[in-house]
Amino acid sequence: MIDFLQQVVAGLASGGIYASLALAIALIYRSTGVINFAQGEMATLTTYIVWSLHNRGLGFWGAFALTVVLAFAGGVALERVVIRPFESAPVLTVVMVTIGLFFLLNGLTSVLWGGAQRRLPENRPFPTATFDVGGVQISRLDAGLIALMLVTVAALFALFRYTKLGLALRASALQPASSRLVGIRVGWMLAVGWGLAAALGVVAGVMAAGSYGSFDPTLMQTILLYAFAAAILGGIDSPGGAVVGGLVLGVLLNLLGTYVDWIGSTLRLPVALLVILVVLVIRPAGLFGRTTVQRV
Amino acid sequence: MRRLATPAAVFALAAVAVAVLPHLVSDFHAFQLANVGIYFIALVGLNVLTGSSGQISLGHGAFMAIGGYTSAILMANHGVRDLWTIPLAGLVAGGAGLLVGLPATRLSGLYLALVTFGIAVSFPQLLKKFEGFTGGTTGLILNLPAAPFGLHTSSNRWLYYLTWGLALVLAALAWALLRGRFGRALRAIRDSEVAAASSGIDLALYKTLAFGISAFYAGVAGSLFAIATAYVNPDAFPVTLSVVLVVGLVVGGLGSLPGLVLGAAFIVYLPVHSGTLLRWFEQVVPVDVSPKAPGVPSVIYGAVVILVLLVLPRGAGGLLGLTSRLYTRSYRP
Repeated sequence: MIDFLQQVVAGLASGGIYASLALAIALIYRSTGVINFAQGEMATLTTYIVWSLHNRGLGFWGAFALTVVLAFAGGVALERVVIRPFESAPVLTVVMVTIGLFFLLNGLTSVLWGGAQRRLPENRPFPTATFDVGGVQISRLDAGLIALMLVTVAALFALFRYTKLGLALRASALQPASSRLVGIRVGWMLAVGWGLAAALGVVAGVMAAGSYGSFDPTLMQTILLYAFAAAILGGIDSPGGAVVGGLVLGVLLNLLGTYVDWIGSTLRLPVALLVILVVLVIRPAGLFGRTTVQRV
Repeated sequence: MRRLATPAAVFALAAVAVAVLPHLVSDFHAFQLANVGIYFIALVGLNVLTGSSGQISLGHGAFMAIGGYTSAILMANHGVRDLWTIPLAGLVAGGAGLLVGLPATRLSGLYLALVTFGIAVSFPQLLKKFEGFTGGTTGLILNLPAAPFGLHTSSNRWLYYLTWGLALVLAALAWALLRGRFGRALRAIRDSEVAAASSGIDLALYKTLAFGISAFYAGVAGSLFAIATAYVNPDAFPVTLSVVLVVGLVVGGLGSLPGLVLGAAFIVYLPVHSGTLLRWFEQVVPVDVSPKAPGVPSVIYGAVVILVLLVLPRGAGGLLGLTSRLYTRSYRP
């Protein structure tokens, strides 16, 4: 039982990584109907920026905060410069553009930092020592990752629920035409959405690098699939669903990987694919998504 | 029959060009051209799916892997001659394509992109899992390709003739398939599913078939890929292979066979010449990047995809079509 609970906690920690990235994917999907295939690479690139800034003498959390700001600006710029010209293009074209971005950012990371394995500094983002809760050994790293994810989600929730900007963001995602009529600059709101997604990428990237212990330019390539699975499971247009989906998926994969020998660590990715397929065939709206009926 | 005259002439010209080309270039270039042929076959298959039925697949690298492994297993473990494994590889991959196509008919474009991306990401894991069958991470080592029937030609030239011979036949087949009833049905589905269904087109049947046919082409390409490199392992078919195929399709332009040749050439030659492109770029913007840096080809792939989508939404094929129509003065927009 103790072992089981320990695996659940470890699963929640990796689920937190999937949840952060899934949340970023859901934010962009909800406002533009586009699945951003470059989301993982955005996270990888910014993780390297955190690492670089820290190596130049900034404190770790200072570097993290500065990178979140930089990533937000970068995400806004990316939307204005690269995505905006495809405003009226079909969705699939925009998806292809994000695939182009995937290559561009992945290559850029390799060009700037090389392909070698890098390590975050010792005990960052959190120390690996464990503490004891009723017999269950929890690593500070896992607890820290879960806490970091919860703080991020709370901050985003507050932004969307209690600020005027959040209201404008929600309005332009749900009713772009009406929002424009009441004076919301919908174009800028989309850019802010990309900025928020890029900033979330920093959180996801640092969490993943911390959880793996080291990172290279392929850091997020498999995590992207887990994040897609999480977003689909939760309902791809529901940010809350993305978080729940990420945590559920993290626990599910960790338990299956630990207790079903045949799955082990090799078949976790195929299981994630299976989750996507089953959800799409049985309940395409996911756990919390809106079911849409289209008139023709 | 007059309607067939121009395509037949184009086909004959292409056949002559294919036959003559290796006599003009070195052995090494013949090998590279063979690779262009392999990607061309995969792109023709992808074009059946994306260009005609409007479904997008980010997982065709996995079908190439299925074809490649089918050939490799037959050759390494059962001593089958490489040539005879090619149709089998196509059929096995095509069968897998039909299986994937079944649930895929229920998914709209974006979700299908997601699912096929998932296949591309997770397929190498399956190859590693069933190592008794596939050789695990070490993979399978094959014999170098050699010309059959006692033909005296180098192995690279033989590969060239093999791939381009198949490429011509398969391209002609795809062309014939797409201009007939089947292609019309697919295009109707692409333009409006509701309208197609109300005209009596069986959506599920046609979409699944399109997926199967397109996977067959990928399987043949994968088989040739395995024969050409004489080696398969899970890393030979990474996620990026699937995505690079989509890049080739975008650059070549949907629905244009000559454009797809350019798309395939782009895939093969861009990594080779990225150093040169980088030097040109340095003339304009002074950047300090080693041409040997591992990410340079990726950056160029990405930038070109975005630029092509922006400037030439119909790819190189669209440009070719436009110039040829201007040339014959019968341009109709």
